[in-house]
Amino acid sequence: MKKYKWGIALFSSAFILSACAAGDEAADTGFGEASAGEDEQSDSEENSEEVVVDEDSIPVGLLHSLSGTMAISETSVRDAVMLAIDEINEDGGVLGKEIVPIVEDGASDEPVFSERASKLLQQDDVAAIFGTWTSASRQAVLPVVEEHNGLLFYPVQYEGMESSPNIFYNGAAPNQQIVPAVEWLFDNVGDSFFLLGSDYVFPRTANQIIQAQLDDLGGEVVREEYTPMGHTDYNTIISHIRDTEPDVIFNTLNGDSNVAFFNQLADAGITSDDVTVLSVSVAEEEIRGIGAEVLEGHYASWNYYQTTDTPENDTFVSNFKEAYGEDRVTGDPIEAAYFMVYLWAQAVEEAGTTETDAVREAASGITFDAPNGPVEIDGDNQHVYKTVRIGEVQGDGQFEEVWNSGEPVKPDPYLETYDWAEAIQ
Amino acid sequence: MSYLYSKKTLVILGFVILLIMPFVLAPFNLNLLGRFLAYAILALGIGVLWGYAGILSLGHGIFFGFGAYAMAMYLTLQSGGMPDFMGWNGITELPWFWAIFSNPIVAIVLAIAVPMLFAGILGFFTFRNRITGVYFTILTQALVIVVTTLIISQQQYTGGTNGITGFDTIFGYSLNSVTTQQMIYWTTVIFLGLVFLICYKLVNSRFGKVLIAIRDGENRTRFLGYNTSIYQVIVYSFSAGVAGLAGMLFVLQVGIITPSMMGIVPSIEMVLWVAIGGRGTLIGPVIGALLTNGASTWFSQTYPDAWLFFIGLVFVLVVVFMPKGIMGIISTIQARRRAKKYGKDRKEEAKLYNSSSI
Repeated sequence: MKKYKWGIALFSSAFILSACAAGDEAADTGFGEASAGEDEQSDSEENSEEVVVDEDSIPVGLLHSLSGTMAISETSVRDAVMLAIDEINEDGGVLGKEIVPIVEDGASDEPVFSERASKLLQQDDVAAIFGTWTSASRQAVLPVVEEHNGLLFYPVQYEGMESSPNIFYNGAAPNQQIVPAVEWLFDNVGDSFFLLGSDYVFPRTANQIIQAQLDDLGGEVVREEYTPMGHTDYNTIISHIRDTEPDVIFNTLNGDSNVAFFNQLADAGITSDDVTVLSVSVAEEEIRGIGAEVLEGHYASWNYYQTTDTPENDTFVSNFKEAYGEDRVTGDPIEAAYFMVYLWAQAVEEAGTTETDAVREAASGITFDAPNGPVEIDGDNQHVYKTVRIGEVQGDGQFEEVWNSGEPVKPDPYLETYDWAEAIQ
Repeated sequence: MSYLYSKKTLVILGFVILLIMPFVLAPFNLNLLGRFLAYAILALGIGVLWGYAGILSLGHGIFFGFGAYAMAMYLTLQSGGMPDFMGWNGITELPWFWAIFSNPIVAIVLAIAVPMLFAGILGFFTFRNRITGVYFTILTQALVIVVTTLIISQQQYTGGTNGITGFDTIFGYSLNSVTTQQMIYWTTVIFLGLVFLICYKLVNSRFGKVLIAIRDGENRTRFLGYNTSIYQVIVYSFSAGVAGLAGMLFVLQVGIITPSMMGIVPSIEMVLWVAIGGRGTLIGPVIGALLTNGASTWFSQTYPDAWLFFIGLVFVLVVVFMPKGIMGIISTIQARRRAKKYGKDRKEEAKLYNSSSI
């Protein structure tokens, strides 16, 4: 009897332990350290040493949500990173070594993101992590990469107000997407704005910026509305739109809500002739879900469209379709995810090592001919110079560019160069 | 009684294994185990509430979240002053309800007391009006929506969907050093032991017997002269306090708290741990929390694309084939063996066995 119960005890504790040690085939690396009571410092030193010692491969982490609500967006971004890694490997890799991707699922859940980030840095000794989408998941990873002195390459436009020495921000800062869009709308469409967004940090911060900017320009915000993530009933909002008759709806809705909003707007008989909707989270991928017919004539602000006319983009689009299927489309975050791998690879070549501090130093001023045009890493804030483009949705679900900034715009995550933004800084 | 004795040995053995883990596991794995143990504390509270008193709360995320936010606020204030999201949301002066959390003792006391008080008041009005069963469960779900929406909309005070993160010291020590993390781990294990002990005393006391009576026949118990609502209020409040404690320990090891970690889905998951481990036991919730989270971690690292299907399948299989959870299976096997040995009626034995609550 007794023996039997001990068996269960041993079995269950063994199971728990093996679960905890999952993915750690060589669990021995950490064993001695913990019992010897060595501190953090030696741990990370050993890690970086191992990367250099490693014979002919460089491990990198891919950390995206492959399950949960964000999976639909993030899997495409992961695909783009994989494409870039494959291309670089075919060209001989980095420092003559092959890049080995280690894929982890962030599961649309912040603690999982932070846990997987520390797993990638502590157990797999990755040279860099490419990943995250939402600001919440980036902020969950931020303390981890800072603590272990790792590198995170972030591919999505966001609300700014951040600049970690361990993160490279490859998406647009507000001054590379929102601010020029508001300016363009004010000059070309009208001065009364209806602000509509999903209830999370990006829309709320974006709308603060827009409010301040319009105060300065002399425009007006007729109404500001937020709906919970995943909200699908926009009839009340549409009646507000009817009442206030804005010239512009600045749309920061995210995900499924866009499908509901645009379709209900069209059902209510409001077309792009009546009011212009400019979205900052609707790219080619989303257009497929919403339906091009209801979006036709509305606008978006990004740094890249599938139709962007550069030779690099022709190659990128055809390679992407060849790798993942003719029906797939590219888009801004997908493109950013693609070129950021190249920026990292160049910085590593420049530094001659994958060691974080050396790569960070070498990264400043690195340029690359990305599909959206030339990009350059700004060493001061680790964001990227990018061209701003405003596009109009066409009947075929693609964008036609109606305006661009002409040259890459310097990133300004804290909006320091704008006097009207003082209260937000 | 030899069974009870040996189960006690089992618990003590498990506790000792947990205590020596820092010498065995790598820091990363220790940190993972620590998180799961914080979840186990939470599961114990839910286990007592649901397994013994029959009250199903699908809203424990908010109590867990309050504890976590309280600790996160204290950590933010003592490691870097005002949180940076306040700056760019136009708040220049620290609001009073943040300022009080700069004192660690106040923060820790509030992290447990506020959930208890809140649950106490809520429970008082619901249970006194005999709102129980599924109506109470719906109410707790609604509460989760209200609280998370409130946190998201008050971005300037709460950090919105991004939550609170980026703290690096506690009591002047670096939060991320191996030694500090070991200390936090041991604290978690000790609190798990304490909470387990309290729960054990609670469910095996006269109070616990009344709880079981309420679970199995609320009206009968009331007609026997017991004021059932008082018992329900007390156990609900106790369970909320335990959740607050678990939240505090959790945030120390994870370093971030956001509204999505206390929302509807996590609140349901917490109950699932208890269901998988075994309702109506105390070991069950602990095992359930550890195994479920351990398995999720392992599956999702091994099969990042397909792990949710596995986990879903495991949940379905457990509910269909093991309605009493892991502990239920163990009890059945033991009862069967015992029956063989002593030639007694197996069902009688099983009943006898189940009457000792641990």
